[in-house]
Amino acid sequence: MNAVIIVFPGTNRERDMAIALERASGRKPTLLFHRADALPAGTDLVVLPGGFSHGDYLRSGAMAAQSPIMQAVRDFAAKGGHVLGVCNGFQILTEAGLLPGALLRNATLRFLSMDCHMRVERSGTPYTAHWQKGAVFRAPMAHGDGNYFCDDETLARLNGEGLVAFRYSTPAGEITDAANRNGARQNIAGILSPNLRICGLMPHPEDLVDPLMGGTDGLPMFTSLVESLATA
Amino acid sequence: MKALVTVMPKAGVLDPQGKAIGHALSSLGFAGVADVRAGKVIELELAETDPAKAKAAAEEMARKLLANTVIESFRVEVV
Repeated sequence: MNAVIIVFPGTNRERDMAIALERASGRKPTLLFHRADALPAGTDLVVLPGGFSHGDYLRSGAMAAQSPIMQAVRDFAAKGGHVLGVCNGFQILTEAGLLPGALLRNATLRFLSMDCHMRVERSGTPYTAHWQKGAVFRAPMAHGDGNYFCDDETLARLNGEGLVAFRYSTPAGEITDAANRNGARQNIAGILSPNLRICGLMPHPEDLVDPLMGGTDGLPMFTSLVESLATA
Repeated sequence: MKALVTVMPKAGVLDPQGKAIGHALSSLGFAGVADVRAGKVIELELAETDPAKAKAAAEEMARKLLANTVIESFRVEVV
C-alpha cells in the first residue's frame, strides 16, 4: 500500500499517522508538503492528518482546502482513490466538499482532549473491514471544532445509505448524549462517501496502534486499509 | 472600493459562542437579551470601481471561501 500523508503548515499528527500506516503495512508512507501540485505515481491512499492547518484561520480546514495539492486530491478521489481524513483532515474534507456537512465548534465551547469510545456503524468498508458492525473501540480525541453538523436531508441520506461509519458511544456501545461530548448530530464521529472510499472522522485511531501507546484499538482501521488496498 | 462581507451562522445551526456571550451579558446584569448570534465581518479593499461588479465579485468570494454555506449565510455591502 503506497500511502501519502499531506502536510500543511500547522499539521502536527503526520508522524503519528506515519507510524500507524507503517505498522500496518510495513511500508513507510510518503510525507508530501501541501505546495506540491501532484501526487506521486502509484498512490493508493491519501491521508489528511490532524493538526491545526494554517492556524485554523477563517474556519478549521478552510485554508488547507484551497491548497495547491487539494486539486490533485480531488482528482484522485474523483477517479475512485481512497482518502482518509482524521480530525483536521476531516474538517478539510468537508471544507473541500469531498464529504458532506461541517464541523462546528464543540457545543460546550471546550477543547476536548480525552479518550472516547466509538461504535462501528458500518463494517465491510476499506476502513472498517476488520471490525464487526456494532464493535466498540477506544481512541483519543483532541479538538475544538468536532461538532458534526449537516442538514436534515443530508442526515437522512447518510443514515439511509449506511454512510455513518462511527458514532460516539459508551464503552458498552450505547449511543447516549453523555457519550457525545462535542454535541455532534446523532453522535456522528465519522462518515463515508457513497463509494465508501473517502472516510473522515474526528478521533485519532492512529494514536492507539501499539501496546506502548496504551492499546491497539485503532489498529483495525489500518489493517483493513492494507488488506483492501492490497487486493484492489 | 470597499466591500463588507458579513458572515453569520445560519438559522437552526447551533451557535455556542453566541449562547456564551448571551450568558455573559445576563451575568453582567443586561436584562432582556433574548438571543445572541455571533458571526464575523470581513473587509475587502477592491480595485473594482463599479459597485455592482464589486458586489458580485465579493459575493463570489463569499460563496467560494469566506463563508461555508453549509453552516453560514452571508451578505455583502459595498461602501
